[in-house]
Amino acid sequence: MTELTQNIKFLLGEEEVNIELNDASTCNTTVLEFLREIKHLKGTKEGCGEGDCGACTVVLVTEENGKLHKKAVNSCIQFLPTLDGKQLLSVEHVHDHPAISAMATNNASQCGFCTPGFTMSLVAMYENGSSDISDDLAGNLCRCTGYGPIIDAAISMGDKPTSDPDLVTRLQKLKQNSDGVASANYFAPTSIAKLAETYAKHPDATLLAGGTDVGLWVSKQHRLLEKIICLGNVAELKILNETDSTINIGAGVTYSQAIDIINSNYPQFGEIIRRTGAKQVRNVGTIGGNIANGSPIGDSPPVLIALGACIVLQNGNKTRELAIEDFFINYGKQDIGKAEFISNIIIPKNQPLKAYKISKRHDQDISAVLGAFSIVVKDGLVLGARIAFGGMAGTPKRAKACEQALVGKVFDMATIENACAALEGDFTPLSDMRASANYRMKVAKNLLKKCYLEMTEA
Amino acid sequence: MSNSSNISEIISTNNIVGGVGKNISHDSSLKHANGTAIYVDDIRVPENALHLYAFPSPHAHAEITSMDLSQVEAADGVALVLTANDIRGLNDVSPTHSGDDPLLAVGKVVFQGQAIFAVAANSLNQARAAAQLAKISFKPLPAILSIDEALAKDSFVFAPQVMAQGNAEAELKNAKNTLSGKLNIGGQDHFYLEGQASLVIPGEDDNVLVHCSTQHPSEVQAHVAQVLGVERNAVTVEVRRMGGGFGGKETQASPWAALAAMTAVKTGRPAKMRLVRDDDMIMTGKRHPFQISYEVGFNDAGIVTALDMTLVSDCGHSLDLSRAINDRALFHADNCYYIANMRVKGLKCRTNKVSNTAFRGFGGPQGMMAIEEVMDQVANALGKDPLAVRQANLYTTTNNTTHYGMVVEDNVAGELIAQLQASSNYNQRKADIEAFNASSKFVKKGIALTPLKFGISFTTKFLNQAGALIHIYADGSVQLNHGGTEMGQGLFTKVAQIVANTLNIDLSHIKITATNTGKVPNTSPTAASSGTDMNGMAAKLAAEKLVGRLRKFAIEHYGVSEAEVTFLPNQVRVGEQTFSFKNFVHNAYMERIQLSATGFYATPKINFDPETGKGRPFLYFSYGASVSEVAVDTLTGETKVVQVDILHDVGRSLNPTIDHGQIEGGFIQGMGWLTNEELFWNGDGALKTHAPSTYKIPTMGDRPDIFNIALFDNENMEDTVYKSKAVGEPPLMLAISTFRAIWQAVNGGLNAPATPEAILNAYEEQQ
Repeated sequence: MTELTQNIKFLLGEEEVNIELNDASTCNTTVLEFLREIKHLKGTKEGCGEGDCGACTVVLVTEENGKLHKKAVNSCIQFLPTLDGKQLLSVEHVHDHPAISAMATNNASQCGFCTPGFTMSLVAMYENGSSDISDDLAGNLCRCTGYGPIIDAAISMGDKPTSDPDLVTRLQKLKQNSDGVASANYFAPTSIAKLAETYAKHPDATLLAGGTDVGLWVSKQHRLLEKIICLGNVAELKILNETDSTINIGAGVTYSQAIDIINSNYPQFGEIIRRTGAKQVRNVGTIGGNIANGSPIGDSPPVLIALGACIVLQNGNKTRELAIEDFFINYGKQDIGKAEFISNIIIPKNQPLKAYKISKRHDQDISAVLGAFSIVVKDGLVLGARIAFGGMAGTPKRAKACEQALVGKVFDMATIENACAALEGDFTPLSDMRASANYRMKVAKNLLKKCYLEMTEA
Repeated sequence: MSNSSNISEIISTNNIVGGVGKNISHDSSLKHANGTAIYVDDIRVPENALHLYAFPSPHAHAEITSMDLSQVEAADGVALVLTANDIRGLNDVSPTHSGDDPLLAVGKVVFQGQAIFAVAANSLNQARAAAQLAKISFKPLPAILSIDEALAKDSFVFAPQVMAQGNAEAELKNAKNTLSGKLNIGGQDHFYLEGQASLVIPGEDDNVLVHCSTQHPSEVQAHVAQVLGVERNAVTVEVRRMGGGFGGKETQASPWAALAAMTAVKTGRPAKMRLVRDDDMIMTGKRHPFQISYEVGFNDAGIVTALDMTLVSDCGHSLDLSRAINDRALFHADNCYYIANMRVKGLKCRTNKVSNTAFRGFGGPQGMMAIEEVMDQVANALGKDPLAVRQANLYTTTNNTTHYGMVVEDNVAGELIAQLQASSNYNQRKADIEAFNASSKFVKKGIALTPLKFGISFTTKFLNQAGALIHIYADGSVQLNHGGTEMGQGLFTKVAQIVANTLNIDLSHIKITATNTGKVPNTSPTAASSGTDMNGMAAKLAAEKLVGRLRKFAIEHYGVSEAEVTFLPNQVRVGEQTFSFKNFVHNAYMERIQLSATGFYATPKINFDPETGKGRPFLYFSYGASVSEVAVDTLTGETKVVQVDILHDVGRSLNPTIDHGQIEGGFIQGMGWLTNEELFWNGDGALKTHAPSTYKIPTMGDRPDIFNIALFDNENMEDTVYKSKAVGEPPLMLAISTFRAIWQAVNGGLNAPATPEAILNAYEEQQ
């Protein structure tokens, strides 16, 4: 049976919850508000309301092809309707979990306010058999402990993923009941055709992928989004594959899902994705969203531009392909039509790549400058160069003068110095709280030098 | 009564469980981990509760020319709008009664983020939305936004303070070598994970019960009473725990409690005020930025013969605690070094910024940063090893008088440094680093060892008092109350251990309670690292009173001599009989013995005269030292802290696990202050780093790859509780070695915080 429903159904621990999406404010309710204010479950804390501290971390359990996926997410920027068909676990639902005793017995808490969030990140780690502690917990801030005892807790806990066939069945059953959600304020189509149709009908709607940006419009800017189209259930947006020459990433693919394939082709790009956001952000955030939001400081666009990647845009049943560098027109302005959306990203393989992210803090910080260099050198001569920067202009942008100063020249320090000077013609960066214009320019030049030193050292 | 010992009690007679010196986990560790620990915002409120939002000034300095709040009042869900006119009592929440901290603005605003009016509505979202409907006209006025502007305009919150010994001016002229310099040190946001929060429950008459996340319940009580225009006996403040404090909830908790209290009294409904992260960061005070300038004279051996230094702090718009904070910077401008001719002057600038306040170290870190800069500059000028210069300048048994006249009696810095120098393999690693730097293209390493000596006691004398109240119930269980507050530092656990030791019973019988102004009155803030020293001692004295009464009861009731009464672990032996503590207490109760006692402690020996700048402001000093090794990418300014070794003095540790946690956590917090944590104000005086997306405290990956922490074997020579030493603040200053190591890597020219940008600028300047 298939039908569109105005209701969402999910499991809160073991309890089946059924919510009617009868107004915009219900659709804009965050998972954190739902837990704390509606269910009076106060274990999950609000630390920042913008997905940057991890105090509100919960675990979402999803079912795909008979398998359970358990991921840590920030509940403060996750909208309630996105729970449809999933299980939500807050700290109240894991009372017997080894993560709790690990945190309690290793002196891993002092004030305790961040602790339930750490507990939930540890639960996800444990259940996923992960042991990359520093990466798994980079999205949880603790102001008291200095982190050492928390690392001890993570080590002591071990990992033994539990299987739960009953839960698989229950989640499958929850999803069977609907072919997608469609209320006046919230749509969650399940196919790309449905998405195109819905967006054409409601071009004023906000497209919601991971919500790591859109969520803040509500949690921080206190806006009310009248219509939301959730991309999370569109099957075609989840494609992820590679051929001999390209990687194809659906716009709904999360960073976490894409990171392995990116890492195996471009390790430095993989590291940048890793540093773009911590686990809770990567588990929901998408590369598609990172491009579509048009930010001048998104981390993947400069790298994608340097690699010569393109996006596929769809409007109704029409599609077109566009080089990513041409997508960004000006600050706040992209080449995207009314009711048009990004369906997938195509990245050429086997390109040279050096990429560097500069931020005040190493993990989970927004870039001051991001430099990406794809320079082809043969017999000491530069045959080709695609260089792009983030944080240097109103958009992620190619450094064309710099490229010109390189191509056809001998690949030596003198050429690099000229190319560095040419960057002054490419960019007039701004000063803000992340860095001054002066530093941005200086470091952009130095990144080119670093790229040269690394390429010639090998 | 018969001897009623059973087997389990006999087993436990070897020792009590959970006494002093044991590694006991934080009392709430399980509740923290499973989310059942209750913070103010977690307290279930009745459906009719109101939620407050305060409207922040959009200007750094402006006259309010008109204000129309009629649309705010008419908005959905709004129950009440509060302006300064609604304050029945006094419109001031200054901790020092300086009258320059209005709760709500009157006629003008003096910083961006100052509360102008407040709205109480059925939800925070409604209150915030309603506040946006205000129609307020401002006439902007010139704003002072930097220390330099404030100095140029003689804008100060308090008179200068000078501390001096010898004759710095004359000896600078006589010095073999001199140099002068400047150092800028940035501020720091506390970034406690739990923002400011108060929940006020109205009672009969105008009584209120205030649940507040504060380090200073008695001050919140005083401010709420003052604003309401009632006596303090009408206000009860309760604090079970805070989600972090670090000094940020000492004076900064009052305004929100007072606004909620006004609402509760006016409407008869419970009222909650919780600042969300951005509002908290914009509207509450931070660590003071400092500007240091110095002129130093030194001989060829690197001995500092004369030092003239000025420490200028950016206090923001009001006095708050800035006087004592700047004083503490002066008190620590010697750190571990004897400087025969030293003059240090403190200036406290008034600027149009949020009023800066207490933060772990309370000026001490900035004072130490100043003198450690001087030490490195001297070493650099002479081409000497910076550690050797530091060691050459240490206090000795004869050169032992500080510039404020206090004698350094337990000077252990030399021994502690030597131990750490050996255990960290400093000398070899320094040589290795020099070799590495000679061949490395763009990664440069640096290593530095810095010591610390931190004075323990409030320099404001009257604050050095504490009270406790202990009840033993007739079943032998104990309820412990004292004036200290729990912000994660483990105070409650330590004080309970002290009481367990004193009563000689297992820790499990002692119930820790919320701090409540109705139980222990007139408390001092839990601050100045003094929480355990003072409240632990007060609780010990209360417990000793109870032991004394029980002993007297035993002597009189059982007709034995004092020598025949022994308090064994969980038991009392009276002559030939042995009672369980429980039965013994029951017997005492039946014989009408008072089983409740108060304890009171006032720190001895301390005095200071600001007129002369001389005295003994501290009961004792805590010591420590650390070695940091860093690697700097000189193309980008990015840094990695490779290794840190710490040796720290906590006297006889009451709880090594908890002390270890304070040391590690304090270090990382200090490292954040001096590296990534940059507060950025734009040209209009607006703070642009007001959330974790832009304000970067250390995350797990910033922790040093190798991190060794050890406790220095020492006991407090003063009569402190079980010979322990304070541990709250001092470890933060261990992070100064990280800053010095980066400075070494880039060869100087560095200001704090050492962001990648600051590091790259410094490096390029030195090339």
